[in-house]
Amino acid sequence: MTWLVPLPVIMPLLGAATTLLMFRRPRVQRAISVSVLTATLVVSAVLLVLSADGPLVVAVGGWPVPLGIVLVADQLATLMLVVSAAVTLCVLLYSIGQGGADGDEEHPLSVYHPTYLILTAGVTNAFLSGDLFNLYVGFEILLAASYVLITLGGTENRIRAGTTYVVVSLLSSVIFLAGIGLIYAATGTLNMAQLVGRLDALPDGVRMVLQGMLLLAFGIKAAIFPLSAWLPDSYPTAPAPVTAVFAGLLTKVGVYAIIRTETLLFPGGRVADLLMVAALSTMVVGILGAVAQSDLKRLLSFTLVSHIGYLLFGVGLASRAGIAAAVFYTLHHIIVQTTLFLVAGLIERRGGSTALDRLGGLARTAPVLAILFFLPALNLAGIPPFSGFLGKLGLIQAGVDDGAVLSWLLVGGSALTSLLTLYALARVWNLAFWRSPVSPDATPLRSPRLMVTPTAALVAAGVLLTLAAGPLYALTDTVAGDLLERTPYVEAVLP
Amino acid sequence: MRPSIVLLIAVGVLFAAGTILLLERTLTRVLLGVMLLGNGANLLVLAAAQPGSPPIVGTADPAEMTDPLPQAMILTAIVITLGMTAFLLALAYRSWRLSGHDEVQDDAEDRRVRELAERDEGSDAEDLDADETETVEVRA
Repeated sequence: MTWLVPLPVIMPLLGAATTLLMFRRPRVQRAISVSVLTATLVVSAVLLVLSADGPLVVAVGGWPVPLGIVLVADQLATLMLVVSAAVTLCVLLYSIGQGGADGDEEHPLSVYHPTYLILTAGVTNAFLSGDLFNLYVGFEILLAASYVLITLGGTENRIRAGTTYVVVSLLSSVIFLAGIGLIYAATGTLNMAQLVGRLDALPDGVRMVLQGMLLLAFGIKAAIFPLSAWLPDSYPTAPAPVTAVFAGLLTKVGVYAIIRTETLLFPGGRVADLLMVAALSTMVVGILGAVAQSDLKRLLSFTLVSHIGYLLFGVGLASRAGIAAAVFYTLHHIIVQTTLFLVAGLIERRGGSTALDRLGGLARTAPVLAILFFLPALNLAGIPPFSGFLGKLGLIQAGVDDGAVLSWLLVGGSALTSLLTLYALARVWNLAFWRSPVSPDATPLRSPRLMVTPTAALVAAGVLLTLAAGPLYALTDTVAGDLLERTPYVEAVLP
Repeated sequence: MRPSIVLLIAVGVLFAAGTILLLERTLTRVLLGVMLLGNGANLLVLAAAQPGSPPIVGTADPAEMTDPLPQAMILTAIVITLGMTAFLLALAYRSWRLSGHDEVQDDAEDRRVRELAERDEGSDAEDLDADETETVEVRA
């Protein structure tokens, strides 16, 4: 069944080509995109089931393994694939609903569908890649698509915000490429399984330089604190569905790359302490930024940055419990953060703005919207029994088990961040939903069922994550075990 | 393997010049910086390969051939840099059309939040909470 492995990359690319050809027929475009992403979701789910028996490996083009590119679908990759495919499908349906309601004036739909599918292909390629250079190519595919999506329509504001995003992303790509060049010079290979033995044999100093280059490149993409300033500026100006999919997936691809390289290529070492410090500052600085904001989308962008810190915390601990919790938290955070941005889009249509001082009374005028915001907000803040609570609990337990001073600091930091997240979201609730309306003259735009249903589906997925937390946590625990052991991955690629 | 020092100095110069240009405000200079940085990275990858004769089967002894993989990677990277350059040019042109210049702008909302902080006011929450209690009282 290994022939299934390249499909999540190939199908969206072919879909992108066909939708580009069909640029005059929006209805055909929509049908193609929806069916391609549904098929991707199905294939990813099948891959998740299959990968339970061990990683599936495909040598692209039939080249023998260390020479050609390999795609590796292990459980970490397939878990990420399933969640990202579900999220991209929901966001696509939402954007189709939005386009239908607005009469397509603001969104040049002929570019939107192909670009969106290329973005998906880049994300899946990055998840499946078993080769550093192919990972770079995956990043470039998704970044190139994201440049187009973030400047969609080319309005002045989007050009301004997009410029920052593009320049910062280009810098991170150059750093990544230079890192790849140095790794190749030091080891003579870029196949990740083959790199395992060869990197271990390098002197400590050289290894640390290589690790630092990769961490710097991925850190910019994942928006880790001193490298995160670009994110809250650029994300909020894009259209709501674009912001949602960026917030859910793009930073998580960076986090995925960090998890993969830190566990497989550079286990142990002193850099773990650096990661812990970065995690603490990302959490605290991010959430303090969120508290200061007066615009809902910007506030959510800052919570996004802040919660990347939790993921890093788990990676920095480098224990089985820590990585299991980090993977679980990543899955939870993709779904919840995307949902909140989609709801922010619905709020903008209903209240005419996302500025908190102009919203009000939505709990009475739009009760469904209130529920759709309330559940993921509680989930993000980590109120029991939601999955956000379970993920944070897992991380805090792993930190306590570790017992080092730095781990205790991070345990305190994560509790504080959780409280401040609750404070920031409670402020949104008080201002936008609870108090009486401020400007009743705002005429709400229609929110068709096709926008509300995908949002509700993602809210339900977030709740489902809580109900299925037991088996899912057991799964992420085996994933963490395999990642730390390294041999299952290496033996699957190089038998 | 012993990398060529001239190549590495060239890489250093390209990276240094590219970084300086990247820190400029106008997008056209940033674009030039990105191009220099991209080429610097390409040269660095090239320096990773053992120099030798062309890697074509039958023309030379395989042991003396240069490693073709870095060159294949550079080709990919060149194509990517080309695409990005075209996109940045379009972005700079669009910015010039819309606002008459191609300078990278500050984040306006960020500045607003900072001004609020300097005047020691909260971002809208306090005043509005006062409104909120009033309405509750009226309703009660």
